Amino acid sequence: MKIKCRTISRGIAEGEVLLTHDAISFLGNVDPETGEIVEPQHELYGQSIAGKVLVFPHGKGSTVGSYVIYQLFKNGVAPAAMINLESEPIVAVGAIISEVPLVDRLEKDPYEFLKNGDRVIVNSTEAFVELKKE
Amino acid sequence: MYLTPEEEKTLDGEYGRSLQKAIEILVALGDIYGADKLIPVKSAQIAGVSYKTIGDAGLEWISDLEGKVKIPSILNPAGMDIVRWDEMGIDPVFAKKQQEIIEAYAKLGIQTKCTCTPYYLEGFNVTLDDHIAWSESSAVSYANSVIGARTNREGGPSALSAALVGKTANYGYHLDEMREPVVAVEVDCELSGSDFGALGYVVGKTIGSRVPIFYMKNEPSKNEMKSLGAALAASGAVALYHIEGVTPEAVRNKFTRPDDIIPVERTQIDEVYETNKDIQSSEIITVGCPHCSVEELEEIAGLVEGKKLQKEMWVCTAREVAERNPDLVQRIEKSGAKVVCDTCMVVSPSTNKYASMTVNSGKALAYVPSMCKVAAKYASIEDCINEAGVVDEN
Repeated sequence: MKIKCRTISRGIAEGEVLLTHDAISFLGNVDPETGEIVEPQHELYGQSIAGKVLVFPHGKGSTVGSYVIYQLFKNGVAPAAMINLESEPIVAVGAIISEVPLVDRLEKDPYEFLKNGDRVIVNSTEAFVELKKE
Repeated sequence: MYLTPEEEKTLDGEYGRSLQKAIEILVALGDIYGADKLIPVKSAQIAGVSYKTIGDAGLEWISDLEGKVKIPSILNPAGMDIVRWDEMGIDPVFAKKQQEIIEAYAKLGIQTKCTCTPYYLEGFNVTLDDHIAWSESSAVSYANSVIGARTNREGGPSALSAALVGKTANYGYHLDEMREPVVAVEVDCELSGSDFGALGYVVGKTIGSRVPIFYMKNEPSKNEMKSLGAALAASGAVALYHIEGVTPEAVRNKFTRPDDIIPVERTQIDEVYETNKDIQSSEIITVGCPHCSVEELEEIAGLVEGKKLQKEMWVCTAREVAERNPDLVQRIEKSGAKVVCDTCMVVSPSTNKYASMTVNSGKALAYVPSMCKVAAKYASIEDCINEAGVVDEN
């Protein structure tokens, strides 16, 4: 199943879905060394975003968050790709400088057709998300 | 978003990875905010300079970029005076990292002048309706409001991208309709000097990022408008304001008075001077937020003439402004005050060691307590100098 979307940061990646309804502030919510969510109030507290297709509504918090995403990338623990409902500049810029494919505005609500553990391809260059059948 | 064939090639990576990432950032922001195209910009001012704010990840990203900027580009204040950092008590490890950041920017052809007042510098004079990509919140406010040039509040990476590409996405304050005032601020009394910073501090708290038009009893000077805008941008997120009959677009466009009104009374201004008034004696006095103009340096030199200050006092300014006016610097430093360049009391880690500070800037009053963990109180420039413990030598 291929779903059309809007390209924010170009690239192609495949991975396992990790999904949250909470916004993410990369500065403060994520450990740049390990990729673990360290904010106790966060839905993904204790889980690692490394190598995952991270689905979250949008970013929040300090603009330094862009550089935190770059640090995750340099440390080899960045997400494989990211899917937003609506991207905002901090995550957009972080994804671009870190070469992490990022898309938003999917034609179908990602919270309705994706669940944790699904394998998906995010092809941001051609603007689609593909859910792989087992 | 429409891209020219040349821009498409850049986006496809024909001119290298760095330029590709730069244009990708501009296009992504353009898409997010609904821009129709990229537009040329005359100059860029890049935030993300202090090692305190960007850390090793920021340093790595800038160091990894290749190529040269296409337009005159300048930096935001750094975490220290590049020359006299040792006198400021800066840790040598911090100083080394700070130098590396500045050298990484220099490699890209960026002028390594670190200031929040680019408009005072050679090559950065902008005029009405010029499109630019500036980052520092008070510089954005001054350019948009006092000069009538057009810039969004650029983040570090987006301003750097604009510098490399020579363009920015056409949205926000680049468009006429986004520059219309939506709220009227009615000031019921005459103001002078630091009162304008206090006004910005008061109004910024309630206004968010809306565009206000002020109705004032008297006309402020450019330095007073600089203080007003810096405080509005710090206690709020205002990037553009108008003053009826004063700022260039208010004069040209004859805006209709918005229905939404914020009244400001003298007592609200006075309350700002009462902030932390229980601090009997501040450990350090700082002025120059935003960086002092030549006229402000002259005023300070006149006020400290023939006096010896008993406390640490910083007068922050752009290095180029200080270098053009060695006599003023000498007159100020004769009193014991330091003329500090490239940095300020807000972004330098060296102010953290003080418990209390007196400032004449609404912006500093908004940021110093949270960013430096130093209690701050507000005073006019004359009272700042009195607070520094003047002993008359005559």
